[in-house]
Amino acid sequence: MASKTTKKAKPVETIKEEPIEIRRQMRLMQGNEAVAIGALDAGVNFFAGYPITPSTEIAEILAYELPKRGGVFIQMEDEIASISAITGASLAGAKSLTATSGPGFSLMQEGIGYAKITETPCVVVNVQRVGPSTGMPTSPAQGDIMQSKWGSHGDSPAIVLYPDSVKESYELTIRAVNLAEKYRTCVILLMDEVIGHMREAVALPDVANIRIISRIKPTIPPNWYKHYDENQKYLSPLASFGDGYRFNVTGLTHDQLGFPTNKKVEAHDMMERLRKKISYNIRDLVQIESRDMEDAKIAIFAAGITARSAKSAVAAARAEGIPVGLLRPLTIWPFPDDAVRKMLRNVDIVIVPELNQGQLIQELKRLTKDKADGDLIPIQRADGALITPLDILRVIREVH
Amino acid sequence: MASIPQKVVHEYLRHDKKFPHVWCAGCSNGIVLGAIIRAIAEMELNRNDIVMVSGIGCSSRMPVYIDLNTLHTLHGRAIAYATGVKMYKPNMKVIVVTGDGDCTAIGGNHLIHAARRNIDLTVILINNNIYGMTGGQASPTTPHDAIATTAPYGNIEPDFDICQLAMGAGASFVARTTAFHAIETQNYVKEALNHPGFSLLEVVSACPVIYGRMNKKGSAPDMMKAMRDNSIPLTAYEKLPKEQTEGKIIRGILRREIRPEYTDEYAKLCVRAQGGDNE
Ligand SMILES: Cc1ncc(C[n+]2csc(CCOP(=O)(O)OP(=O)(O)O)c2C)c(N)n1
Ligand code: SF4
Repeated sequence: MASKTTKKAKPVETIKEEPIEIRRQMRLMQGNEAVAIGALDAGVNFFAGYPITPSTEIAEILAYELPKRGGVFIQMEDEIASISAITGASLAGAKSLTATSGPGFSLMQEGIGYAKITETPCVVVNVQRVGPSTGMPTSPAQGDIMQSKWGSHGDSPAIVLYPDSVKESYELTIRAVNLAEKYRTCVILLMDEVIGHMREAVALPDVANIRIISRIKPTIPPNWYKHYDENQKYLSPLASFGDGYRFNVTGLTHDQLGFPTNKKVEAHDMMERLRKKISYNIRDLVQIESRDMEDAKIAIFAAGITARSAKSAVAAARAEGIPVGLLRPLTIWPFPDDAVRKMLRNVDIVIVPELNQGQLIQELKRLTKDKADGDLIPIQRADGALITPLDILRVIREVH
Repeated sequence: MASIPQKVVHEYLRHDKKFPHVWCAGCSNGIVLGAIIRAIAEMELNRNDIVMVSGIGCSSRMPVYIDLNTLHTLHGRAIAYATGVKMYKPNMKVIVVTGDGDCTAIGGNHLIHAARRNIDLTVILINNNIYGMTGGQASPTTPHDAIATTAPYGNIEPDFDICQLAMGAGASFVARTTAFHAIETQNYVKEALNHPGFSLLEVVSACPVIYGRMNKKGSAPDMMKAMRDNSIPLTAYEKLPKEQTEGKIIRGILRREIRPEYTDEYAKLCVRAQGGDNE
């Protein structure tokens, strides 16, 4: 199927089952493989999913690994069932994750909203492909940046992470699981098709040195338990089904105990809680990489695989004596507003390359205050090809 | 059984939380809730080990009222959420309460696949032949020619036989009764909970306020009497000539068979993956 879509597309290699000890040593590793191992290292013990290119290797590796550790792997009947199953499992106490791509990610949106309103930890990995619709299944795109924040109806603050290398895919998968547990929400890991399928030399850290966060369990007696306890700085303890707490979970707007409510005050409190647990913790959530920005007059703002091209372009331009730097979000939502504002103030021009018709650049426009801020120059393509270092270098030379 | 006093039923209700409930007077949903509670009490199950999962609809409001681990999910998705719970905690009893629209329209895919897997969930499907919560639109079990707000000229679609559907998909326990038969409902809930595998209990029920009114079925008691008069036990059905069984609701345990249960199979798979031998 895949190979019919584009002439360039290579058939997906099946991952050979190898013992995890061998996988950990310095070796060529695929991005999707790094995600699967990251999930295991983070303590994920439940995966439910539905096959879709270019994410399928994650499911295949976990189908092989999870039963060996007594974890659960289940292939569901569709992506709606997958997000539902991981949410149910999480409420029963599991650390859960699913992996998908565009069409499946679209199907999951209602369930993602449910995990968010019920404050149930889980992780959705979306290895992006060209859309809309079936698009180009084996070609890269960055078209789901806005969907990952706004895809589900209603206001639902998002945590979305975006790696730019195989190693970082591993690290951010662990971070995604940690943040899901800590903030009790559905965290999304946005991957680029190219990173999912690319192989890079990676040595994984010793598991003993990895910081793992798990949800706080309540210690109070059951009749004192509030499933959404406002007194806990918005990060409240979470009981599991079977722990004796017998709480209620609903996707209806609910009170602190988890029962449906129509009272405006309680609805307001719930919405504020969802908002504040993200917006009051920006410093913990936002991660950026800043490269050669100290004296830069031109900045590039890019994420994922496009930032990889940008890094090469920056190095080449610097060699030509052009003062250019790169700002890269590792956390794409919440957006790194402060770092972007600072960048806009300090440079004359910001080049924004992205594999879509203009999503990141909208956020930069939102943050542009006045004429003194740097001008925004877009580089956009959504045809399944990458933006190359040369594409970016040419624009750098032009604007310099 | 009637031997479970009303006081016990009250002990299982979250009386201090979300009462009064949302159901109309004369609705069958409360009868089914009572039957489930009496079954659980009679079986002396530990409520900490029971999860009740539902979708969206009048029937799916049930979990809010009962003091168990309760999960009110999305329209159609109860079985998928329940699958996640059961796979992670196979020792818990997982009950799904759902409606005809919830389970056989939007959730039909999850129903057939859970039945095929034979995962040990107890699905109690309250079939009122209509979308109650949204005000009377046609469901996959709305009878041919019946009136619904989205079938104002009469329903031209044939309706599902839910039990046949579940059996066709591989459910290993399938039973049907009506809300009139409260004790039978209670007994079948018990049988279904005891069955090691996927079980589906269809409870034919009355929505007098919407379906009944639109289709001139009379008052709530009239609809109850109709359930009594229009249904026959499977044993009688098998003996009677066809003319006398035409259009009747067949009550009884329509299938009960033991076949490999999914969480058991998964546990064996784990042993194999870990190098053990369980063949
Ligand atoms: C995705 C989605 N689509 C539609 C609805 C609207 N909706 C709510 S309940 C319902 C029908 C419920 O009918 P049924 O399952 O038969 O339950 P009843 O109310 O009759 O008990 C519908 C269509 C919804 N909540 N979510
Ligand atoms: S609308 Fe019908 S199903 Fe819903 S509560 Fe009223 S009587 Fe019951």
